[in-house]
Amino acid sequence: MMRKNMAGACALGVVLAGMAPMHAHGAVTDEDLTQIRQAIKKLEQQHAEDAQHIKELEQRLKDSESRAVAAKDVAPKAQAGQTPISEIPVVTPSLPPDPQPLLSSVATPVAMSAPAQTGASASANAFNPAIGMTLMGTYSHFSHDPDTSPAPGFTLGEDAGSLGTQGFSLGESEISLSANIDQMFYGQLILSYPGEGGVEVEEGFIQTTSLPWGVMAKGGRFFSGIGYLNEQHAHAWDFLDAPLPYRVMLNNQLSDDGVQVRWTAPINSFLQFGMEGLRGEKFPATPTHDGVGAQSVFVKAGGDVNESNSWLASLAYYHADAEELMTGDDIFTGENHLGIAGLVWKWAPDGNFVERNLKLQSEFFFRRQEGIFNDLAYRGNQTGFYGQAIYQFMPRWSVGVRYDQLSAGDQGGDLAGTTLDNLGDTLQRYSSVLTYNTSEFGRFRLQYNYDDSAPQSNQGVMLNYTVSLGAHGAHQY
Amino acid sequence: MNKLVIYIVLIGGLFIAAAPAQAVVNIFACEPEWGALATEIGGDAVSVYVASTGRQDPHQIQARPSLIARARNADLVFCNGAELEVGWMPVVLRQAANGKVQPGSPGYLEAASVVAMKDIPQLLDRAGGDVHASGNPHIQTDPRNFLPVADALASRLAEIDPVNGALYKTRHDAFVAEWRAAIQRWEAEAAPLKGMPIAVQHKSWIYLLDWLGLKDIVALEPKPGVPPSSGYLAEVLAKVKASPVKMTIRAAYEDGRPSQWLEQNAGVPAVELPFTVGGSDKAKDLFALFDDTVDRLVKGVRP
Repeated sequence: MMRKNMAGACALGVVLAGMAPMHAHGAVTDEDLTQIRQAIKKLEQQHAEDAQHIKELEQRLKDSESRAVAAKDVAPKAQAGQTPISEIPVVTPSLPPDPQPLLSSVATPVAMSAPAQTGASASANAFNPAIGMTLMGTYSHFSHDPDTSPAPGFTLGEDAGSLGTQGFSLGESEISLSANIDQMFYGQLILSYPGEGGVEVEEGFIQTTSLPWGVMAKGGRFFSGIGYLNEQHAHAWDFLDAPLPYRVMLNNQLSDDGVQVRWTAPINSFLQFGMEGLRGEKFPATPTHDGVGAQSVFVKAGGDVNESNSWLASLAYYHADAEELMTGDDIFTGENHLGIAGLVWKWAPDGNFVERNLKLQSEFFFRRQEGIFNDLAYRGNQTGFYGQAIYQFMPRWSVGVRYDQLSAGDQGGDLAGTTLDNLGDTLQRYSSVLTYNTSEFGRFRLQYNYDDSAPQSNQGVMLNYTVSLGAHGAHQY
Repeated sequence: MNKLVIYIVLIGGLFIAAAPAQAVVNIFACEPEWGALATEIGGDAVSVYVASTGRQDPHQIQARPSLIARARNADLVFCNGAELEVGWMPVVLRQAANGKVQPGSPGYLEAASVVAMKDIPQLLDRAGGDVHASGNPHIQTDPRNFLPVADALASRLAEIDPVNGALYKTRHDAFVAEWRAAIQRWEAEAAPLKGMPIAVQHKSWIYLLDWLGLKDIVALEPKPGVPPSSGYLAEVLAKVKASPVKMTIRAAYEDGRPSQWLEQNAGVPAVELPFTVGGSDKAKDLFALFDDTVDRLVKGVRP
């Protein structure tokens, strides 16, 4: 197109140049006239060719536009290409005969950056965020009432006393909305229906995408980065319920309001440091703080051993103040110091996860509580642990086993008979799960638990569906 | 608490100080074919990290910590696009939080954005299997698609690294000339395949089929990404008996069993193609990839 125009301009130039002397001489010969006529004819021809070319290009533009419209409601596509669409070779069964290089001007990239999606009519909805839904439903059967399940030796959050819901229940069904806000931020809102009614903001945060030096900051309500499972959404967990240490020490999962800053080291292995300042609204903190009621720091490292093996390790410290935290009739006021160490290892032959893969995962919890318990000075150490293995033995099918454990130090004396009385028990649970994925978007799970974390041991069987509709967020490691 | 902050800042400072001065353009290539192209165009002026291998299904790569680390240090993320990486790259890019390579910035390039796409679905419904809204993403099976991508990559490299602009242009022109000659060679070698009926395991070959004029009569997957049931395979068998096909082609990372089953039951040769660089022992670079692909196709035909 450009080239043709140039040629046209040159032809015109030649004609004008040819005409200039004529005025000077004042006389016009027949030869001159013939020349002019020929030049005009040539220009006309050129014009006809150009018109044809324009027509072709317009058709191609139209095609691209309809494609652009078709692609509209997918996640915002990357920048639409640097090569002007007119330079994309028409795909015909054989090579175009013209061997001229496609790249006309590498040195001046600015001239080449015309967008491919030109002037596609944009409706008001074109900037709608990506909308995704997760639906979950479970049928559970427990051999004993799952709602009275204290963990002897531990103060508990409000959800932690229950192992699940007997019978049919809608699990955490949620709606997520997310999009880039501008060149600086990404935003996400997740509304969940937590079963017992009402709507909850599970996550709602903004996050930077382009701070320099590998720094990322996040603000709002989010899942704390202190644990591997904690950062994931419950529907992405391999088991239907949180491991015992998560249930008892973090009330299943810690999400709080605050800010998080992470820094990733500029090396070829993954090394990340992070810290959080949190409101302290959620267990094990209590919602009476004026400022920052909980803080955390964490470090994560990971890498590939070879094509087939990769790993992620993490170490975190979390601190929270509790004021008059009630567990039953018992009151605790004091500090929680929680340390979590985790390791995840993934294996797949040649790193191809579709056919077969194995995921090993374990986290260790250590907590120290110091303060006043029922008007008595109290200082106690508790530990928790879980280890699990998920093996996908063929496409779409996997099996998993898990072992959880909790132990609280013996408080004895004045604290005997309170929630901190460990009754001489180590709390344990054994679980297994069978998973069938109908596709990347749908999965069915059958889980069996043998729970020995309450004075009365409890067996549970759960059948669950977890499906994802609409925009489907990419999976974390 | 305050001490911890100081330590973190100190350690951070050390890392920043220890980071070497930027000498080359760090390219994070999502798939081996684009990594290979980046090496062809960039030469010594670039350092290429490839996030996946020819033995892995590019739809399902784990957002591994190593990928986050590499994306954090990249100057250019060069991916296939057309939602091929939608299951992992968004997480990698968000966690890497590298402003240089976020979609929309000069440091982010999708090959599919400059290629004429095929198989753009009329109906976007996941009941149709693993459909991609912007069309079939497996553009690298037609060598002609590398020409506009090489063009876009060379200009993008020149934009990021203007100092080496002339080098990229020279290497680009040399590559294009060589590539065009190679395409003619491959077309001549594959001429006998024109119009030949074949079966495909997954619908990932449309660009290759269009290029060489092969006709796919049947796919061994009932819907893209859905593994065949025995009932469906019986249907395929009936179809293949009614209208014979010369071979079944599949990518190196795909499970060989369905196509081998068809080989045993209907005598249709099962041909494994490298699909990308590294997908076979011979496919060590882009030229070898198509040498091997055409060779396997020509030799794979049932006599």
